[in-house]
Formats: sequence, C-alpha cells, structure tokens
Amino acid sequence: MEVTIEFNVNGQKVSVTTDTRRSLLEVLREDLNLTGTKYGCGEGQCGACTVLIDGRAVRSCVMPAASAQGKTIVTIEGLSDGNQLHPVQQAFLDEGAMQCGYCTPGMVLSAVALLQRNPNPTDEQIVRGMNGNICRCNGYVKIIGAVRRAAAMRR
Amino acid sequence: MTATTRTDEMYEPIFDNHTGQTYAPFELSRRCFVQLIGAGLLITIIEGPAAAQRGDDRSRQSVAARVQLNTDGSISVMTGKVEEGQGARTQITQAAAEELHVRADRIRLIMADTELVPDDGITAGSRTTPYTIPAVRQGAAAARELLRRYAAGQWNVKPDALTIRDGIITGPEANQKMEYADLARAPELADTFRRPADFDVDLVSVADWQVMGESVPRPNARDLVTGRHRYPSDIVRPGMYYGKILRAPSFGATLESVDFSAAEQMKDVVVLREGQFVGCAAPNSFTAAAAVDAVAKTAKWKTISHVSDKDLFAHLKKNAQTGSRSRPQTRGSVNKAIAAARNVLTASYEVAYVQHAPLEPRAAVAEWQNGKLTVWAGVDWPQRAQRDLAGAFGMPTERVRVIVPDMGGGFGGKHTCEAAMEAARLAKAAGRPVAVHWTREEEFTWAYCRPAALIECRGALDAAGTLTGWDFTSINPGGAGIDTPYNVPNSRILSAGSDSPLRQGSYRCLAATANNFAREAFMDELAAAAEADPLDFRLRHLGNDRIRAVLQLAAEKFDWVKTRKDRQPDHGVGLACGTEKNSVVAACVRIRVNRADGTLKILHICEAFECGPIQNPAGLLSQVQGCIMMGLGPALRERLRFADGKILNPRFSDYEVPQFADVPPIDIHLVNKTEMPSAGGGETPIIAIAPAIANAIFDAVGFRIRQMPMLEALARQLKEA
Repeated sequence: MEVTIEFNVNGQKVSVTTDTRRSLLEVLREDLNLTGTKYGCGEGQCGACTVLIDGRAVRSCVMPAASAQGKTIVTIEGLSDGNQLHPVQQAFLDEGAMQCGYCTPGMVLSAVALLQRNPNPTDEQIVRGMNGNICRCNGYVKIIGAVRRAAAMRR
Repeated sequence: MTATTRTDEMYEPIFDNHTGQTYAPFELSRRCFVQLIGAGLLITIIEGPAAAQRGDDRSRQSVAARVQLNTDGSISVMTGKVEEGQGARTQITQAAAEELHVRADRIRLIMADTELVPDDGITAGSRTTPYTIPAVRQGAAAARELLRRYAAGQWNVKPDALTIRDGIITGPEANQKMEYADLARAPELADTFRRPADFDVDLVSVADWQVMGESVPRPNARDLVTGRHRYPSDIVRPGMYYGKILRAPSFGATLESVDFSAAEQMKDVVVLREGQFVGCAAPNSFTAAAAVDAVAKTAKWKTISHVSDKDLFAHLKKNAQTGSRSRPQTRGSVNKAIAAARNVLTASYEVAYVQHAPLEPRAAVAEWQNGKLTVWAGVDWPQRAQRDLAGAFGMPTERVRVIVPDMGGGFGGKHTCEAAMEAARLAKAAGRPVAVHWTREEEFTWAYCRPAALIECRGALDAAGTLTGWDFTSINPGGAGIDTPYNVPNSRILSAGSDSPLRQGSYRCLAATANNFAREAFMDELAAAAEADPLDFRLRHLGNDRIRAVLQLAAEKFDWVKTRKDRQPDHGVGLACGTEKNSVVAACVRIRVNRADGTLKILHICEAFECGPIQNPAGLLSQVQGCIMMGLGPALRERLRFADGKILNPRFSDYEVPQFADVPPIDIHLVNKTEMPSAGGGETPIIAIAPAIANAIFDAVGFRIRQMPMLEALARQLKEA
C-alpha cells in the first residue's frame, strides 16, 4: 500500500509517496538521494544508518518510512552549518577517528545525540552510549577520543 | 559455488596463480585523459623493477602515466591501488609529494579507475608499502628530474645548480624561477614530455623526508565526516534501477524450475534468467526484493549434501593432503629428535571459519552505453575485475571501465567482483544502469570466508629443556606464517590443503593468524613442560633479531617479570610474537577469568610492532589498533556456524564482532627502524593477539584452550572442571 508522508529533513520539508513497508533508510537513500546514511545490517545492530529524529538517534533501517510523518530528521548531510562543521565532525577530523569512514556518519550522529543527553560523559559513559555502533576497521580507540574531544570543545 | 577448496583465489600471493596472464604495457589516449582529469602536462614514466609487483617478470619495465601537472597548480598522480580504510590514499599522496618536493595538499591522487591509472596489482598482502610506494616515488622523482633538466636547459645551467622547493624551480640567477604550474600551461612542452622519461633517480632518503614520516591526515577526510563521499553503494546514475538476485537455499543447490509470471506482472520490474542466474531489477530495492521473493516462492531446487560445522575438523583431517605426495619443509630428522627426547608433547589446534564482514557489503553499479560497460564497484583489483567482466561478456578489456571509489572496508574480503558481475548482467537486460547492493545476510553467506584450520603439533625437548624437534602440520588455512622463527635442529613443517566445506579466500594476514596461534600457543606448552618462563624460553630459541627486539620491548613496557610474579588468583598473563610480510610483532596481555560465569575480561594489551621506517605514524597507529581489536573477534567469539549448506548466523545479532564495550586498555609501541625499506603494517599486528590470550588463559586457569574462538570453549571447560 502506498502512502504520502511529509517530514522535515535537514531543514527542508519533503513529501514522499511510498510503499508503507519500505524503511526510512531506503527512502532517504533511494528517493531523496541522501546517501550519507549507510546500510550496514538491516536489523538495527550496527548503527551505520543512524539519523537524528527530533534530536534522538534512531536506526533508520528498522524504522518504517511511514512513521517519519511529521517528524524532523537530521542526516549527516544536514549536520554542519554551511561550511562550519559541527563540533563532533570537527573532533572526528582532528582525531583522525576514521579508517574506511563508512561507519563515520552513524558514529558522528550517535555521538551528537549522546552529548546532547550528557554533555560531559565519562569514558565509561561514552562506551555505553556508543556501543551498538560497529566499526569493522575497529577504530574504536580513536572514536572514543573524538567523542571525548568533542565534549571538551563544547565546554 | 562448489564444495571444494578454491585454491585459485585463496592464498595471499594471489597473482602468482595468474602468471598465465599477459600484461600489456599501459597505454592511454591523451584525449581521454584531457576529458577526464582536465588540462595539464602529462608526464609518462618508465618504471623500473620496483613497479613490478608481480613476481613473474621483475626485469620488465612498464610505461606508466603517473604524473600530470595541472594548470591550476595541483598535480595529478595515478595509481591502481584502492582505498578501503587502510590509508593507501594518504600514504601514496605523501610519497608523490615527497619526491615532487611539494606539500601533500598539492597532490590530487586518482585511484583505481582503469581508464586513468596504471595496473599496480591487487590491493592485498601488505604490498602497497613495499611495491607501490617505491613505484610512485620513482615515477614522481623521474618527473621532478625531467622538469629540472628542462629548466636547466632553458637557463643554460647545470641541472644540479637548481633547487626545487614547494613546486618552484629556482636557478642560480635571481630572475630564474619557474613553477610547475607555469610548465603545465605551456602546450609547446607537451612533445618534450610525451617521450617516456627514463631516469635512474635517487629517492629522498629517510633522514631527509619532509612529507613522508609525518601524520598527514587523509586527504578526503572532510567528505567522510560530512557524508559527501560516495562509496560504491552510494553511486547513483540517471534512470538507475536496483537489482536483487535469487539466492539458492543452500550451497550447491541447483535451480530446476521457476515461474516468473507473478514477478513479471509487477510494475516496472525487469526479470532476468540466464542459466542458474536469476535476478530482478526495479526502481527501488524494496520492489526488486519483493519481485525476487515472488520468484523464490515458485522456485524448485535440487540440493546436495553438505558437511556441517560439527563435522568440520574431522572432515578437514580426513581430506588433508598429508600423504606421501605432500612436500613438507624438513630439517634434520624430527623422528630421531623425538626418539631421543626427554619430553615429547603433542597438541592440535582448531580455528573456525570467520567472515570479514566489512561494514559496506559488496556493492556495484553497472552502466552500458554504446557497447561499453562502466562499473563502479568495491573490489580490490580494478584491472582484474575489468578482465573478468570483459571475459564474461566476451568483449575486449578496452570496452570495460572499472572504477573503485574509496570503499567501506575489505580486510582481504573483496578480491572478487560478484556484485559487479550481477549488476552488469541486470543492467544489460534492463537497458539502464543497475545497482546491486548485497545485504548483510548475503555478505555473510555468499562472500568467501577466512579458512578454517586444523593444526597438529609435535615438539621434542631434551634434558636441558631445549627444543630439539618441531613437527607442524597445518591443514587448510594456507602457508602464511607457517615457518618457525625459533632455532630448532630438527623440523618438519607442512601446509596441507584439504576439502573446504565453505568457500574460502584471503583475509587480513590470512593463514598467519592460525599458524601463529598454534605455534605460539604450542611454544607456551613446551615452555611449561620445560618449566621455563615463556619469555625466557622464547628468547633462548629465537633466531630473528627483529622479533627479539619487539618481544623484549613489549615485555619491558608490560613489565612482564613483575606482572607475572605479582598476579592474583584467576588472573593470567600471556605473550606471543611472530613475523609475517617482513614486519614483526609481539604482544603481552593480562586477563581475569571469572570462574563463576565462565567469562573473561582483558585487563591490558601491550603490543610492540616494527615495519621499517614509519611513513605515517598516525595511520600506522590506526592500523595496529584496528588489527588488535579486529583480532579479538575471531580470538574470542567470532565463528560462522553452518549446517546442511546454510550459514546459521548470517547477521550481526548472531555473529558478534568487537564493539566499543570490548575495548581493553591498549598500549602500542611502534618502532621506527630507519635502516631498511618500509614494510606494510596493516596485517601482521593481528597475529599475536589470539595466542597471547590463549597463553594468558592457561596462566589463569591451568588448562589449555586450543581453539579459536576461545570463549565458548573456556566457559564449557570451566563448567566441566
């Protein structure tokens, strides 16, 4: 069954007509050409597809697109302010906290959500907050460093 | 898919199996270059033996277009290597900048596009650093000297009277100044530079490195944190469809009949059957998958029997090629050593199949235009994918172009081009571009995995506790890392093939992980039998000074003697060392075992690593950190489970890869050994971690875990104890 849904993504109102069974991830990538959000597992286990919905980190691969109706979504493409990177993006650059970088959009958005909840996380809280975002290059040590740095930048 | 060992695409020196291929010297049309990379001055270089990665013809020199001066002041550098997170883009950029005497940000590195770049061989086996980096440096240095000579001729001075800094050539007189960009803007020079430059040029020595040896960041890092970079799975072409493939329900099953009518009635769906290949393409992935599901409901399959994981090691043993026709490496007589020994130990070790599981599964987009095929794909060797595609479609390689955008991980798992082939078939049938993105389940099931291993060891000790005999038979994983670095007068070492139930192939450091696991764990068993400290026992027998140095360094930083002496109950320490691909590693770990719940916690990992002169310290650190963490997966938990030709855990919820919560305290000591050529650093740091943990478990609980992964076995044995 097809429905037309409207939501705000990266500051723009969009309207999409789609089968109700399609995931938000697929609609973002295939209908809206927002390919910064990645597919990694299709079961909400790896975090590559993370987007912010009303400020919370959500796994878009297991979220039906229809449930985005009326929501405000931020994907990695909409995080920076023009040319000014978000502090978390800048921290990932400064730490060199990426290898292949495929997990990076999901990592960055998960970190943004984490720091919104808790601006001064301990290392243990960073680990707990980021766990569930998988980096197969296993660059976890530098990613933890980047989150720590982002927290310090925002203080 | 067959149920036999696929040796043709397995062992790490993969191109040695391709010596029948002929490699035409690189030729390209000037026009195509101008169209694709813009105006500028292309410099053609004759490259010496350093460029010849393939061992079959080291003497031949190839002609390669490596360098183009662009009119905007940037310099394009071309390489066939791919970037998959290991840092090749950065490292090659640094190498070119170093020899051209410019800053790294002046280099525009063009990678892995068969229309534009020379064939630098496969991106695998830690070969970029020892082979491609010297080739690029040689090309860049030859270009630099060509420019120097040109300027010297213009000013009528000797070339060595000129200096080059930051892309500016300066002569002895005040007004003698020429920029690379000026030369690029002079079309009359094109003829001068079109003749291949052939120089015996000295490369910048390590002591004089300005750009190499620095932690230069990845040139396109900003595009990664903003989501702008397009990975292979992000490529979108006008009018593109998404394709899905009908997969067999089990390995080796053949399609007997199928009904397409339901799928064909779906709106905008293209259905293709060619022999066993069935696929559907549609305007989005969901519809393509729904079409394939509709087809799958009607499919009748003939299945075959298949070995299951519970019978795996018996099966490998039964089919091991260990008979009279096998050719072990032997030294002295192991049998005599064993007959004369005070103490003889035997043990066998098992290593499960694991998957690479790069976060980006296989992906490709194919587009046919005017009888020409263009494919964007995540593969490790664009030119081989080009040849494979050309062969499959019966067309000359010039009509196939393969482009590998920087991709989302590989770890040795993307040597083959299945998704590219599937996309090309569907695109041809659909008459429009088609993307094929494998799902995680497809990647776990249909990609090749790291070989399982059964390794049988026998060792002999004399009355003084000295190792006198070493018998090591490694079944199925391959020969990487199989040699022992320890002095032993009598040895017999055999890498034996077998019949692999699963499709298997390369993986980060491939067999060296299994072979080091068995060797270093067994050395620990021998040390215990000789009542020796595991560190002393190794040092007493080590014949390799580079391993000795990193082992001593790791032990010193870990404070091995004191840490071992002071350990508390249920705590254990273990160490391991090894060499592979001309680099050396040693690791010490400290763990705590919880006897009540059968779990293990890693309290500290200390690893020392040396791979010659360090070309990018931050990049190397990332590789070593990544190897240690990635190595924890197959050491502790990762295992492909399979029965009746099906993978039983093809998803991250059932196949546990390392996560943030698994990160232990890690300290890493990188040794910068400048008096030798650099070796690759992205693989060998993985090999010491599993045996060091196994040895620490023994130290903590007093019994051995002789299999990877270890956690399940540890919990089981603790329960039994």
